[in-house]
Amino acid sequence: MNETNYSELLNNLLPAFGETLEMCGIALLLAVVLGTPLGVLSYITSKHSICQNRVVNLIVGFFINVIMSTPFVILLVLLLPFTRFVVGTSIGPEAASVPLGIVAIAFYARLVEGNLHAIDKGVIEASLAMGATWFRIVTNVLLPGAFSGMIRGLTVLAVTLVGYSAMAGIVGGGGVGDLAIRFGYYRYQTDIMIITVLLLIILVQIIQTIGEKASRKVQK
Amino acid sequence: MIKFDNVSVSFTNKKGQIVDAVKNVSFNVNDGEILGIVGTSGAGKSTLLRTVNQLQLPTGGHTIVDGKDIGSLSGKSLAKFRHSIGMIFQQFNLVSTQTVAQNVAFAMEIAGHSKEEIKRRVPELLSLVGLSDRADVYPSTLSGGQKQRVAIARAVANNPKILLCDEATSALDPETTNDVLQLLEVINIKFGITIVLITHEFDVVKKICHRVAVMNKGELVEIGDVFDVFTKPQHEFTKTLLSHTFDLDLPGRLTEDKSKPLVKIIYNGEKAENAIVSNVVKLYDVDVNILHGKIEYINDKPFGILIVQLIGKQDDIYNSLDYLSNNTYRTEVINERD
Repeated sequence: MNETNYSELLNNLLPAFGETLEMCGIALLLAVVLGTPLGVLSYITSKHSICQNRVVNLIVGFFINVIMSTPFVILLVLLLPFTRFVVGTSIGPEAASVPLGIVAIAFYARLVEGNLHAIDKGVIEASLAMGATWFRIVTNVLLPGAFSGMIRGLTVLAVTLVGYSAMAGIVGGGGVGDLAIRFGYYRYQTDIMIITVLLLIILVQIIQTIGEKASRKVQK
Repeated sequence: MIKFDNVSVSFTNKKGQIVDAVKNVSFNVNDGEILGIVGTSGAGKSTLLRTVNQLQLPTGGHTIVDGKDIGSLSGKSLAKFRHSIGMIFQQFNLVSTQTVAQNVAFAMEIAGHSKEEIKRRVPELLSLVGLSDRADVYPSTLSGGQKQRVAIARAVANNPKILLCDEATSALDPETTNDVLQLLEVINIKFGITIVLITHEFDVVKKICHRVAVMNKGELVEIGDVFDVFTKPQHEFTKTLLSHTFDLDLPGRLTEDKSKPLVKIIYNGEKAENAIVSNVVKLYDVDVNILHGKIEYINDKPFGILIVQLIGKQDDIYNSLDYLSNNTYRTEVINERD
């Protein structure tokens, strides 16, 4: 086992922590901005819903399933050309954010859709009976009704992304997870591995606690 | 007001079979009346009701409101038409993330009313349903009866011509049911809103409906004035539906005693107000022992059932029975000798 230089570790750890937050933050933002509408689209075009459309529903479902069923490491590599096109480079945390974001969008779309399905169909029927448009039902009934569940979903997603971000090292994305793999695993520095893993556990705990509190706070 | 013209609705169920929920139903709902549709669950009442605001499209025939074929409406014209139809439901269907006032305002926002108008009208509506003090609470803190009152305020917010009630009192206890029915009656009288309500309880119909349509297995079996249908049911199904009203339970020892005739007397309308029983006692030398009975008032008209025991000489009893048969709606001996 190599001697551990703790000041070097600290110098590595702080930027890595920043990289993890950056990658997961961008991916989360993409999930909220693009995953939410995608989830809504999948819900409202489903059978017997307010904008039933089989073709759109199949396309959306297929896209989500392809992303979700491809192992992340493979997706990371497969998306390299796309990543280079979007951010101009295929290495670094920004580059890693692209595949991470795409997984986040698909994953979050499914979570949003699930929460929408849990909304009482009677309330939607009542809104339709009042002459509400599908858009108004989405903005005034569906999204507020699913809000608490969507925050819980976002928590699950954030925790999952922290885990996925460890694989970002493959494209030089860095991050705490990558540090754990490079130093702790490849260089047999068990103590570094333990420290980084502990750090990840704490991060996940914090996310979980904040998420649960927020979700409870918005519940009516 | 509403005309069901040979309306049929069929579905394909999960097993791929075609289910006829509503079969060739034709009848009219008059302007300003309260019409009840009764039937057991699965009779197609709900499905028929939903053709009025196109929550359900008929697969055959037409539902016509104010001369307009509802099936031909779509998009904006359908939305606009729906603003003129209120609907309340068994499970209230309030938006749980909106306060009481917001729920009522929601209906008006949908119909495109201005903010000022909404601000002015919502308190009026809440005071109409007696919930002014609950304006800013969320529905989850309300009782069932209160939730239905909010739903009623929401349903009448846009001054609809028609109010559809889908088992609106079925989830409520008897006392709350009465309150909600009274409120519906007030709305009918005060605003002249035509009300179509569906229920599986004949009691609801008796309390506020002017006319009643009876449905069984997707078909309309009978329609008429509530008092007439109630006192002179024509169809077997209606009779079964009403049987609990006509069957008064007596202890076995009374029905098994065949020595004295037990007579069930059913009387209605003006005859109910004659002193028939005391006449029998005066005219013939019999004693009348009243064992069971009740009188219902439907639209202020009395309808009564009495079970009496006639005690006296054979001839007097025969004569009494004759008199009763001639002067009541129906008289039958229920412990006939073998």
